Amino acid sequence: MGNENRIINGLLKLHIVLCLLFIFAPIAGSFVFSLNSDRFPSLPLGTFSTDWYRAIWEDPLVWQGFGNTLIVGLTVAVIATLLGFGGAYTDFRYNFTGKSIYVALALLPPTIPVVIMGLAMLAFLSRINLSGTTISVIIAHGVMCAPFAMAIIRLRLSQMDPDLEAASWNMGGNQWQTLRYVIIPFAKPAIFAALFITMAVSFDEFAVAWFVSGLNETLPVKILGFLQGQVSPRINAIGSLAFLSSMTLIILAQLLLRSPEDQKK
Amino acid sequence: MKVDTQMEVQSEAIVRFDNVVKRFGSFVAVKKADFEIGRGEFLAIMGSSGCGKTTTLRMLAGLEDPSEGAIYLDGEKVNGKATWDRDTPMVWQSLALFPFLTVQENVEFALKMRGVGKEERRRRAEKWLEKMQITEFASRNINQLSGGQKQRVALARALVTEPKILLLDEPLSALDAHLKVRMQAVLSNLQKDLGITFVYVTHSMSEAFSMADRVVIMSRGQIEQIGTPEEIYREPYNRFVAEFLGSANIFDGTVAGPSGADGWRVTFDGGETVLPKAELPDASAGQAVTFIVSAENMQLSRPDAGQDGIAATIAGEEFIGGTAMLFLETDTGQELKVQKSHDELALLNRQAGAKLVVHWAAEHCHILPGENK
Repeated sequence: MGNENRIINGLLKLHIVLCLLFIFAPIAGSFVFSLNSDRFPSLPLGTFSTDWYRAIWEDPLVWQGFGNTLIVGLTVAVIATLLGFGGAYTDFRYNFTGKSIYVALALLPPTIPVVIMGLAMLAFLSRINLSGTTISVIIAHGVMCAPFAMAIIRLRLSQMDPDLEAASWNMGGNQWQTLRYVIIPFAKPAIFAALFITMAVSFDEFAVAWFVSGLNETLPVKILGFLQGQVSPRINAIGSLAFLSSMTLIILAQLLLRSPEDQKK
Repeated sequence: MKVDTQMEVQSEAIVRFDNVVKRFGSFVAVKKADFEIGRGEFLAIMGSSGCGKTTTLRMLAGLEDPSEGAIYLDGEKVNGKATWDRDTPMVWQSLALFPFLTVQENVEFALKMRGVGKEERRRRAEKWLEKMQITEFASRNINQLSGGQKQRVALARALVTEPKILLLDEPLSALDAHLKVRMQAVLSNLQKDLGITFVYVTHSMSEAFSMADRVVIMSRGQIEQIGTPEEIYREPYNRFVAEFLGSANIFDGTVAGPSGADGWRVTFDGGETVLPKAELPDASAGQAVTFIVSAENMQLSRPDAGQDGIAATIAGEEFIGGTAMLFLETDTGQELKVQKSHDELALLNRQAGAKLVVHWAAEHCHILPGENK
């Protein structure tokens, strides 16, 4: 195209590069220092070392936190995706008065400030004697993650020809069969994407977990504990691993959510 | 005697709509539909969009429930019976093929829902794939097929349960003109081979008239006329049908008195004609009468030929294959349509604005019964 302005183009590219740099430089820095032998993150770098990784590998506290995170993440992914699917399918399938309120309420939790969410969860869960358990973290994360799952699955269902469902009924499939053989297969990529993303959100979530986890701390809460005690390059090692696992989940989700046209390539 | 004939009709009919009304809120989509569909009949329901034709079909399929009246399918009242408990497969306008299944799996779907075993399913699906000449695509994905191939998959998928009735909702609307004509032939032959009932919803007159045994014409929820294509074409019931067909000239006239032994003299705005008594047995002078003359039965003469008729000015011309439709305007402002072969038209001066005389034989005047009650 002849009418592109080179200066504007260049500035836009620079803008993107700066944005990415701003986001990834600290993470990359943390990754570099996690492989540095020095005790404090300072330049020039010391020698290459995997000591910090060995240190966290041998630390039972890290394993405990990781174990809690994993249990919570997997359970939350399943529960939140089930809830999200239910919410999304209700929105797709039914028309009722107050539906827009229903959808808005269902998608509300991520917009609530996490501190308020955490306090509210703590107050509520302690009243029903569930505070300080792994289950309490699962409940709190389930509430926070379900809207993500719902949004993803809802988007997928909105791309579905409504005739598909009616066609299945018309060919002898009752409502359960249609759900099983038409709706779920159609939404399958989004369902898997929702599993990965909700797991990633739960992995990374700190504030609410901090309020409700009690002694069953998840990894992010543990990390805060480490930071309060002593600044150790082990944090860099844990951070790098957490970043890699989250990114893996997000990338898997994105691959699943590609449009069918892209997938053919 | 009367009871006998009624019983005969009932056993003949596979579908009966008994004063069926369908409302969506305050909107009446179908008003008092009351008709029967014969066993093995190819019935087309035709009308413009929003006329209630698709709603009528969906009620038969069980996707909508009538607000009033009853629908009988094979002698059984099916109001409230879920669509999955009926065997009324539909071919959808959007085709609604399952994009996540292969061609073969799409065709097997209805059998799978009915709990037919794997082997049996495959055998029966293969038979229909073969019948629809799409065996070679069996393992393909739906989005790898052309429009015509998808159409065949949709048909195979709907027919795999060997139903007594097949419902088609504008299945050809997405195809180009050439493919449309070919699929019309496929559908026509299929219906004759299988001997099952086809109910075909369309807004296209050419589709309805070329395939159907009988045509139902609907407008704004109302059934305007039911008849064979020939009946409807020759004797449209009312003004709506005549206008919908598009090829008839409609005249609002007044009976002036008898004309000979077997006709009425009728005057209308801008002219006068004779209406055969066969069309209107009883009439009195001053009675209003609405009649039509079909465009291909209109004759044209030069103004200097001395022919009695209506003077009209040429307003335009439309090319229709081997013929052309000439649009003229009378001195009183009525539009007339005359359909003639190109050879015939070549003999006339037909520049826009040229004057001609339009006339017709009395036997080509037909009254519109629905307008003369």
